Amino acid sequence: MPFIDDGFEALTKPFYNGKKLTDPISAVEDKNQLLPAFLKVKGLVKQHIDSYNYFVDHEIKEIVRANRIVKSDVDSSFWVEFLDIRVESPESVGQNGSTTNPKVTPQECRLRDATYSARILIDVAYTRERQKIIRRNVELARMPVMLRSNKCHLYGANNAKMEIMNECPLDPGGYFIVRGTEKVILIQEQLSKNRVIIETDDKNNIITASVTSSTHERKSKTYVTLKKERINLQHNVLSEPIPIVIILKALGGLTDFEIMQLVTGSDARYQDDFEINFSEAVVAEVFTQQQALEYIGARVKMGMKGRPARGGPPQPRRNLIEEGLDALANIVIAHIPVEGLDFHPKAIYVAMMTRRVLMVRHNPKLVDDRDFVGNKRFELAGQLLSLLFEDLFKNFLSSLKFNIENTLKKQHRAIPADPLLQIGAQGKHITEGLNRAIQTGNWTVQRFRMNRAGVTHVLSRLSYIAALGMMTRISSQFEKTRKVSGPRALQASQWGMLCPSDTPEGEACGLVKNLALMTHITTDADETPIKRWAFTLDPPAEPLRNFSGAEMHKKGTFIVHINGTPFALTRFPKKFAANFRTVRRRGWISPFVSVNVNENLSAVHIATDEGRICRPYIIVKNGKPRIKETQLRMLQAEKITFDDFLRNGVVEYLDANEENDTLIAGTEKDITKATTHLEIEPFTLLGAVAGLIPFPHHNQSPRNTYQCAMGKQAIGAIAYNQFNRIDTLLLTMVYPQRPMVISKTIELIHYDKLPAGQNATVVVMSYSGYDIEDALVLNKASLDRGFGRAQVFKKYAADLQRYPNGSRERIGDKDPELEKNKALSKDGLADVGWMVESGQVMIKKESPQDTVTSNIGMERRAEAFRETPISYKAADPAYIDKVMITQTDRETQLIKVQTRQTRRPEIGDKFSSRHGQKGVVGIIVDQEDLPFSDAGIVPDIIMNPHGFPSRMTVGKLLECLTGKASIIKGRRDYGYGDAFRSHPLEEMSAELVGAGFSWEGKDYFTSGITGEPLQAYIFNGPIYYQRLKHMVQDKMHSRSRGPRAILTRQPTEGRSRDGGLRLGEMERDCLVAYGASQLLLERLMTSSDAVTLDVCQRCGLFGSKGYCNTCRSSQQVAKMTMPYAAKLLVQELVSMNVGVRLQLEDEFPHPR
Amino acid sequence: MAPSSGRRAPSAAELEDRKTVNINKETVSNTVSDDYPDNFVNEEHAWDNEEFRRAFQVQFHQNDQFEAQFSLIGVDASIANAFRRIMIAEIPTLAIETVFVNNNTSVIQDEVLAHRLGLIPFTGGKKGLREFMGFWRKPGPDEDAYATTYDTNTVSLKLAAKCTRKKDAPKDARDPLVLYDNAHIYARDIVFEPLGGQAKWFSGEDTIRPVNPDILIAKMRPNQEIDIEMHMHKGFGWDHAKYSPVATASYRLMPKISILRPILGADAEKFAACFMPGVIGLERVTKQEAKKTGSGYEGHEGELKAVVKDAMRDTVSREALRHPEFEGKVKLGRRKDHFIFSVESTGQWDSDELFMESTKMLKKKCGVLRPQVTNMVQTF
Repeated sequence: MPFIDDGFEALTKPFYNGKKLTDPISAVEDKNQLLPAFLKVKGLVKQHIDSYNYFVDHEIKEIVRANRIVKSDVDSSFWVEFLDIRVESPESVGQNGSTTNPKVTPQECRLRDATYSARILIDVAYTRERQKIIRRNVELARMPVMLRSNKCHLYGANNAKMEIMNECPLDPGGYFIVRGTEKVILIQEQLSKNRVIIETDDKNNIITASVTSSTHERKSKTYVTLKKERINLQHNVLSEPIPIVIILKALGGLTDFEIMQLVTGSDARYQDDFEINFSEAVVAEVFTQQQALEYIGARVKMGMKGRPARGGPPQPRRNLIEEGLDALANIVIAHIPVEGLDFHPKAIYVAMMTRRVLMVRHNPKLVDDRDFVGNKRFELAGQLLSLLFEDLFKNFLSSLKFNIENTLKKQHRAIPADPLLQIGAQGKHITEGLNRAIQTGNWTVQRFRMNRAGVTHVLSRLSYIAALGMMTRISSQFEKTRKVSGPRALQASQWGMLCPSDTPEGEACGLVKNLALMTHITTDADETPIKRWAFTLDPPAEPLRNFSGAEMHKKGTFIVHINGTPFALTRFPKKFAANFRTVRRRGWISPFVSVNVNENLSAVHIATDEGRICRPYIIVKNGKPRIKETQLRMLQAEKITFDDFLRNGVVEYLDANEENDTLIAGTEKDITKATTHLEIEPFTLLGAVAGLIPFPHHNQSPRNTYQCAMGKQAIGAIAYNQFNRIDTLLLTMVYPQRPMVISKTIELIHYDKLPAGQNATVVVMSYSGYDIEDALVLNKASLDRGFGRAQVFKKYAADLQRYPNGSRERIGDKDPELEKNKALSKDGLADVGWMVESGQVMIKKESPQDTVTSNIGMERRAEAFRETPISYKAADPAYIDKVMITQTDRETQLIKVQTRQTRRPEIGDKFSSRHGQKGVVGIIVDQEDLPFSDAGIVPDIIMNPHGFPSRMTVGKLLECLTGKASIIKGRRDYGYGDAFRSHPLEEMSAELVGAGFSWEGKDYFTSGITGEPLQAYIFNGPIYYQRLKHMVQDKMHSRSRGPRAILTRQPTEGRSRDGGLRLGEMERDCLVAYGASQLLLERLMTSSDAVTLDVCQRCGLFGSKGYCNTCRSSQQVAKMTMPYAAKLLVQELVSMNVGVRLQLEDEFPHPR
Repeated sequence: MAPSSGRRAPSAAELEDRKTVNINKETVSNTVSDDYPDNFVNEEHAWDNEEFRRAFQVQFHQNDQFEAQFSLIGVDASIANAFRRIMIAEIPTLAIETVFVNNNTSVIQDEVLAHRLGLIPFTGGKKGLREFMGFWRKPGPDEDAYATTYDTNTVSLKLAAKCTRKKDAPKDARDPLVLYDNAHIYARDIVFEPLGGQAKWFSGEDTIRPVNPDILIAKMRPNQEIDIEMHMHKGFGWDHAKYSPVATASYRLMPKISILRPILGADAEKFAACFMPGVIGLERVTKQEAKKTGSGYEGHEGELKAVVKDAMRDTVSREALRHPEFEGKVKLGRRKDHFIFSVESTGQWDSDELFMESTKMLKKKCGVLRPQVTNMVQTF
C-alpha cells in the first residue's frame, strides 16, 4: 500500500508497537507479534464470517445437491432438477422486482429500514412437454447477507472505499441488517452431537451412556442404561427399554459368544457383569435375529410407523420385522449409516456404549463431565442458517411439487406447466422464512422439532465495546432458572478458550460467556481423507472390520475413533498420534483436525467436526520453541502471514480435547524437556472486553467482571460513521480520549481509535461528605471545559402508510397559529437546528379518516384527514439534528427525525473507572474550593479512599501511578498495563521522583478552602473514567397529580406514564408498626383511589344518589368513602354470585 | 485577648517552629492556624501596621506577560488563599457568551461549536476593557432579546467561512489543507465588529482579538459552511470557567530543608539526588569544620558534604525521608508565611496585573464587609 490514509492502518500491521524494521527482534520476546497476525486471519468476529462464508459457498450447495430432483407422481415424464445454487452480492430491489441499486450499501439499508440481502440464484433443468429445458440464474429467494462476509460489498474494501460507502472501517461486521435493524446471531453452546456421554445417577444407581445422533434428516437420542444389573437400550421410537442383547442380536445376528466378545473382550469382570443380560433375551424368547427384529418391531411406537415422507403417497403397511429393521437402520443411532443392511458398524457402536457403561461400573472416575469444554460444540450463524435453509428448502420442494402436480393433474391445460413460475412464487417463502427467523430470533426447524427463541439479538450500539462484546458472546442452552452450579462454574478447560471475566451478573451468570482473544471455532472438514491418512501412516491403523471383539479389547490395543465413531485399531497409539500430528503440521490435512489419546478408554480420538473451540500454540520440540527470529522478520516485512506459521509447523491449533495430551508452558522460562507447546501470549486468555482493563491481574476477580459489564455502558465514540447513523438511541461523547494506560488488546481491537471515556486527574481523598458510598466530587471548571460532556441522539420515525382503498397518510401543512407547531418548517417537518420542547410537533403526519371505502364505481371516499403527529415528549428540550425523507423497500415513504441533546454531567450521573468502581456524582465543586498541589494541579474528580480497602482494586492504583509516570515526559511505552506481563513499577517511581513527585504517587496538597496544607499526602494521578449511560435526566420523576388507571382509578405506574410513587408493602408495614393510622389512610386511600359512595344501612348494598334501589328507600342510605379497588372487589364478587353486604357502624356512637 | 500577667517572649526556636509546617514521612503537621492567626496565649500580638509593613515582603522571581512567579512573605494562609481564589473566580474577563448560528453545516454541532468558541481567550485594549466595558444583564422574559445590549457591554464578533476546493491543488495531494480552502477554521478567522463607541477603544493595536490565533475551532470539507455571529460579555470565573482570567493560579509554601547532622561522602551525593537539581549542593568539608569537635565533621576533611543551596527549588517529594541512611539527619519543613505564587494568565490580562486586580478586589470586598462588621458590633 503506497499511502496510508489514516493512522489505524499502521496498527493492523503485525508490528505496530513502535517496532521498526531495523529494531532487534528476539524470538521469545516478540512472539506476541503473532497475535495481531492471528487476528488478521482469524479471531473475534471472523468465526461468524467464516461460518457464514462456508454456508454460502459450500453448505448451501450440499443441501441443494442432496435434494436436487423433484419428480411428479402424476406425470412420470416430468422432473425438475436443481443443477447449482449460488448467492450473489446484495442489491436493492423495488416493489416490482426491478433492481434499483445494484450496489446497495449496508448504511443505505440501515437508513431506509431495508434488508441487506442478496439474490439466491439457481440453475434449473426441467421438462416441459417432454422437452428438456435448462434455465440458468433463476432467482429462487433472497438471503440476508452478513456484513463483511465474502458476499458483502464491504469485503476486502480498504478505508477509502469504506468511506465512500459511509461505513466505519473499524466496524467488526458479522451481523445482518433486516428491516433496518442490525441483528446478531449469537454463538450457541451445546453438548456435542454424535458422541457418547456417560452419566450416573447415584441416587438410583443408574449408569447411562447416551448419544445424540444428528444427521441431515433427523436428530434423536439413544440411551444405554444399566439399571438393577441389567442393561437396556432406550429410544424415543421404542415404547419401552429393550434388553441390550436383543438389540445386539437384531444388529446382524451375532452369536452370544460374539456379543460377549464385542462387549467385554476377555475381561472376566465385565463378563460376569454382562452375563445376566443374556437371560433377558432367553426370558423374552429371543434367540435369532428374526425374533429379535420382531421383538423390536412390536415395540416401535405407532406414530412412527408408516409415516409417509412429506408430500409422498402413503406407504403400504409393513410387517414387524420390517418395522424393526427400519427403526434400527434409520432411527436408532442414526449417525452410523447402515449401507446395504450391514449392521456391523452399528453393532460395534452399541457394544462400545455397553462396554463403557460396564467400565464405569468398575471405575466411577470414567464418568464424563458435561461441562468439559471438549464435550461442547458451538453453533455459529452459518450452521444455524443452514439448518433453517435446509428446512425451508425442503418445504419449498414439497410445495413446488404439490403445485406442479395440481397443474399436471388438469387434463387439458391451456399452457404447458412451467415450474419456473412456481419457483418464483414458492421461493418467496424461503425469503420470508429467513428474514422472519433473523428478525424475531425464533428458530423453527420442523424436522428436528427444534423451536428456539432468542437466537438473534439487536446489535447493541451503546458503545463500540458493546457491539464488539456482542459479537463474541456465547449463549448456552441451559435453563436460566435451574439452580445448578455446574454449567455456571468456571471450568478448568475454559482456560484460554473462554474469557474468565466477561460474564453477566445475576441469572445468566456463567451461562452467557465470551470468547477469549485467540479462540477459533472450527468449521466442518471431510472425514474420508482423514480416514485414508489414518490407514497410510506408519504404523498404520488397521480397519476395525478385520478384527473380532476379543482382539479389539485386548490390552494394548487402541480403538481409533473418528468423530466418536470407531473405525480402526492401532497397537501404537502414541506413535500413531504423533505421526498424525506431523501430517497435520505439514499442512497435508486441515489444521483444525484434532487427535488425542485416551488411555483410560484405550482409544484414539480424531475430530474433524464443526463447532469445536480451539486456539493456536507455538510448538516446542526438545525444549526449544520452533519459532525463529527470521520468521518474525518475514512477518514484520509482511512476506508471510499467520497461515505460513501454521504450514511450517511453528504454530498449531489445539482443541480442548487435544490440550489434554500436551504440556503447555506459559512463558519461555517454564519450558522443560517434557514441554510440548508454548503460549503465544498469556493475556489472550482474556476476551476483548476484559482486555480493556489495565492491570487486571492485580484486581480482585469480581471487579474485572463488573468492568466487563460496565465497559459496555460507557458513552464514547461508537463508529466513524456515528453522525451518519440514525439509531433509536445514540450516545456519544463530545471529547473522548485514548486512555493514558492502555493494553495490547486495546490496540488490537482499536479501542484507542474509538474510545469511551476521558483521562481524569483524580485525587483520592475525602471531601465535603457528599462523597460517601462511592459518590464522586467533580470539578465545576472541568465540566465547563467539557469534561464528561455527552450527546444523546434520539430517533423519531414516521412510516407513511398506504391503505388498500388507495388512501394514504400524508404530511400536513403547518398551521402557524399553534404554538406546538413552532418547530415546523413550511413542509410540515421540523427544521434542522431548531429547538424542540415538550409537546411540540416534529412530523405533522395526517391519516385518512376513511381507509375502507374505495373510489371505484359509485363509492366516494371522504377526503378528510385527522392529525396523527409525531411530537417531542421528553421534558428537557432538544435540537433537531437531522431530518431524513426516504422510501422503504416496501415503497412507502419513511421520515426519520433525529433529535440531539448535549448534556454536561450533573449531580446523580454515573461514572466508572475501568476497575468495576462505579459511582454517581455527589457534588460539583468550584475550582477554587478544590485542593491544589504545588504544581497547581487541581483535580477533575475527587474519589473517596473508602472505595479501595474492600474492593481491593490494586490495578487502579497501578493505573494511576503508571499514567502519571507516562505523562511526565510523554512516554507512551510506559503506559501499558497488560495482564500477566511484568511491569517496571520501579522505573515508574524513579520517573516520578525525577520529576519532583513522590515515589509512591502521594503528593503534598493545599486545601482550596482554608489555604492551609492538607495533613496527609494525597494519592493523585490520571485515571481513565467512563461516563455511563445512566443519567439523572432520564430517570428523575415526581408527581403530585396525574393520570390514573381506568379500571382501578389508582395512579398509573412508572415514569413513562407519569406514574405515582408507590408506598409499598414494606413501607406500609412501617406505618402500621408506628401506628400512623391517619398517614396510612391518606397514602392508601385519600391520595390514591378514594371514592365516596352511598351505602344502604339496611341491605348493605350500594345505592346511588342517596337512594337504595334494592330497598326502594332513601331512609337509611349513608355516604361513605372507601378505596375504589375495594368497591370494585365487592362488585366483582357480586357479579360471580358471591353476596357481599356492608355493615356500617358509628365510629363514635351517639351517647344514649 | 485578655492581658495576662505572665507575659513572656517566645524563644527564637519557638518562633521558628510556629512558622514552620512539618513535612513528615507520612503526614504534614502544624498546618492549622486558629481563628486569630499569629496570636498566642500570654503573648502580645496586637495588630501593628508598622510591624506588618516591616515584616511583609513581595519578591518577584519571574514576571513574564503570561506567567509570573512571586513570593508573598509575612501574611497568613487565609490572605494568600483569598488572592488565589479571587484570581481564579472573581476577576471579570470578556468571553463569548452568545452564539447566533445563521448556518452551520460542519460536523461540529451548534452547541459544541458554541462551547468551543466560549473557551477561546480574547484580548484587546486594556483600558477599554477595564473602563469602557461594563456588565451585561440578561433581558427579562418580557423584554426584547437585545433590550439590554449596548456597545458598552457587548462585543460583536463574526465568523463566516465556507470550505471550497482549491482549483490549483496538485492532483496527488492528500492533505486537506492543500486540497481545500478553509479546511480548518482557526481562532484568527474570527472578525471583530466594533459597535458604537467601541471603535475608539478597540482599534489598531487594541482591537479585540484571540490571544492565540492558532486555536483550531473546526474542520470542514467542501461545501460545508459556518456562518455565525457572536456576542461577548464580561463575566466571572465563578459563573463559568471561560471567564477565569488564569489558566491556573496557585501557590506553594517555601520549602525548608535543615540538615541536622552532617551527610558526607557517597551519602551526600545520594542525598543530593533525592532532590531536584540545584537544591542540594556538595561542598568539601573545610579544615576549620573538621577541627571543631562535636560538629560531626571530625576527621572528614576534604570529603563532600551536603549543603542546602536553593530550598525554593525543592518540590517536596520527600525522597530523602524514604532512605534509612538519612534518618535523623534531615528535617523537612515549609515556611508557613512564605507563599510562592504562580500565576498563569490566559491572555486577557498580564499576570502581574491580575495580582494587582486581586488586591483591588479584596480591598473592595473588605470595603463591603467593614460597615457590616461595624454594624454588627453596634447591634450587639
